[in-house]
Amino acid sequence: MADENGKQTEMESRPWHQTVTLLLVSLRLAALVATSTAAGLMAFNKETKTVTVAVVGTNPILQSFTAAFQQTPAFVYFVLANAIASLYNLLVMLLRPCLKNRGRQVLVHLLDMVVFALVVTGAAAAASMAELGKNGNKYARWNPICDRFEAFCIRGGVALVAAFIGAVLLLLMNALSVVGLTCKNVTSNNN
Amino acid sequence: MAKVWRVFFLLLRLLAVAATLCAVVIMATSHDSTTVFGITLEAKFQHTPALVFFVVANGIAFIYSLIVLFIPSTSLLSRSIIVFDVILAMLLTAAIAAAGAMAQLGKKGNSHAGWFPICDRVPNFCDHVMGAMICGCVAVITFLLIVLYDIHQVLSPKFP
Repeated sequence: MADENGKQTEMESRPWHQTVTLLLVSLRLAALVATSTAAGLMAFNKETKTVTVAVVGTNPILQSFTAAFQQTPAFVYFVLANAIASLYNLLVMLLRPCLKNRGRQVLVHLLDMVVFALVVTGAAAAASMAELGKNGNKYARWNPICDRFEAFCIRGGVALVAAFIGAVLLLLMNALSVVGLTCKNVTSNNN
Repeated sequence: MAKVWRVFFLLLRLLAVAATLCAVVIMATSHDSTTVFGITLEAKFQHTPALVFFVVANGIAFIYSLIVLFIPSTSLLSRSIIVFDVILAMLLTAAIAAAGAMAQLGKKGNSHAGWFPICDRVPNFCDHVMGAMICGCVAVITFLLIVLYDIHQVLSPKFP
């Protein structure tokens, strides 16, 4: 028994194992920053423009048009998906001491994949909406809106870029944790 | 017991081939036109980049699934297949998300942007898109099950 325990601590103190763990933690932190930036930027994305629609006598009639993220279900899903992803990453980072068990690590890996799928779908849906807002669709008579609401589009674009960076980081993290899980096969009987 | 799992896994791969092929064919044959005030309005999937992406992604997944059926499971390639499985599963989920966003817009429109729904004018096109998305959903679920099976293979002690 003492020999097996010694073997386990020796395995875990190998330099590459520590490198993998360190890389995983830093990737998770970077993904947390990226997804929370994306969610926050899109959640506060709102622009109002007031234009004169008619002139009655000498009084101009003003009407204000608002572009907000709540008006498009794809953007709402984008904000929710990135918020869930950043909360999940925060939770996993805070609960790291409780997750030394191999079963729990497999569970975290599976949830990582679910969260990655959420972020990817949110980014894809928001990207298709953003492309439509920028270029419009002349066949369906849908006019682009980015020429009128420039700040809205720019903020949405930055949020989208942050979400894509977060998705790439989550993908790298998933791949690395599979590597980390495979190489711990010899120590599975100690848990 | 292991043999039952392997047969089930082979059936999953066949289902992935069928589902991706159906998604590609149904979306590619979606075409409808309507005449409004003497002007003919045509609805094709090529007009929307998100739907083009959907067709291309499912096409790539179909070709990949077909190739993978002919690779023996104990060769050196079987490790890289796991990586490609994950990549393609994510590509398919992104494709269905983008197509879903476009489909929701075509059905409900967006009154804030002045974008009117088109499904009441070109119902045949919308039905085709819906059918292709259902096949795409089945393909995504199948690929996700394949990825889960791959993870199980990777974590099992008998993995070479």
